[in-house]
Amino acid sequence: MTDPYVVEFTVEGEDFLAAGEASNNIKETLKMLGVPSSICRRAAVITYEAEMNLVIHARGGTLRAEITHERIELTARDEGPGIADVNLAMREGYSTAPDHVRELGFGAGMGLPNIKRNADTLHINSVVGKGTELRAVIHFDGEDSSGGGKRRAML
Amino acid sequence: MNLKTVAELLGADVLCISGCLEEVEVDHAYAADLMSDVLAFACPGSLLLTGLTNVQIIRTAQMLDIPAVVFVRGKRPQEEVVKLAGQVGMSLLVSTKSMYETCGLLYKTGVFPCDIPERGGESS
Ligand SMILES: Nc1ncnc2c1ncn2[C@@H]1O[C@H](COP(=O)(O)OP(=O)(O)O)[C@@H](O)[C@H]1O
Ligand SMILES: [Mg+2]
Repeated sequence: MTDPYVVEFTVEGEDFLAAGEASNNIKETLKMLGVPSSICRRAAVITYEAEMNLVIHARGGTLRAEITHERIELTARDEGPGIADVNLAMREGYSTAPDHVRELGFGAGMGLPNIKRNADTLHINSVVGKGTELRAVIHFDGEDSSGGGKRRAML
Repeated sequence: MNLKTVAELLGADVLCISGCLEEVEVDHAYAADLMSDVLAFACPGSLLLTGLTNVQIIRTAQMLDIPAVVFVRGKRPQEEVVKLAGQVGMSLLVSTKSMYETCGLLYKTGVFPCDIPERGGESS
């Protein structure tokens, strides 16, 4: 890879059947490029939570992955309602998701915290009435801070 | 424990098999009805137990390389869910037992829980 490798997908708002397809395509791309599976999973959690936010909160948008030797940059962009208070939105448990979304197992207010936990850097630019851009970066040499620990059961 | 043993232990129906059940090993499990919870805490390759049956369960599991999902309380997913699982090579089981009992049976047999990092600070 000399040039950055870029893939971009359109995500439809309120389409709960297709939601996750873009993230899965990105995950397959990363695997195909030989990215280690722990990093693929971190990227997958980021893109999937971001994709669900596009579907649930933003009337759709685009999901983009740019891969270089050093890093993966993941961007979710929309022209939805925007986020008035990003710090508040980042708080675990904060959610404006409607009930029909909660019934699907989403809307626990853990999406943005999950994204933050899996990203090395996270930037959210949002303008109310204009839209939101979320940009998360994972560095290949960064220490792998997630991926789910395992514990022995105390039987 | 391989998936065939899991299915026998739970008396579960197998809806969808990817490859051979005996060849899929799961030694950890995670149980939740919140997908963000699964995305935050389920360890890769673990078995997912859930009371929800929508298509997003399969998507969520797929993100974490989860090889199989057990639906509890005898809830059966719709055809499109089974179809997607088949396409992505995921096995689906239905246990007629409650979430509690299903988890208990697996725990008792030595299936490990996924580690939950300390709360409060940044998890790492
Ligand atoms: N792309 C977006 N556009 C508008 N609002 C958003 C967007 N992403 C997140 N939000 C707001 O931030 C809140 C928290 O997001 P998140 O942590 O993913 O939780 P959840 O999606 O479960 O509500 C959402 O409930 C919503 O109010
Ligand atoms: Mg969300």
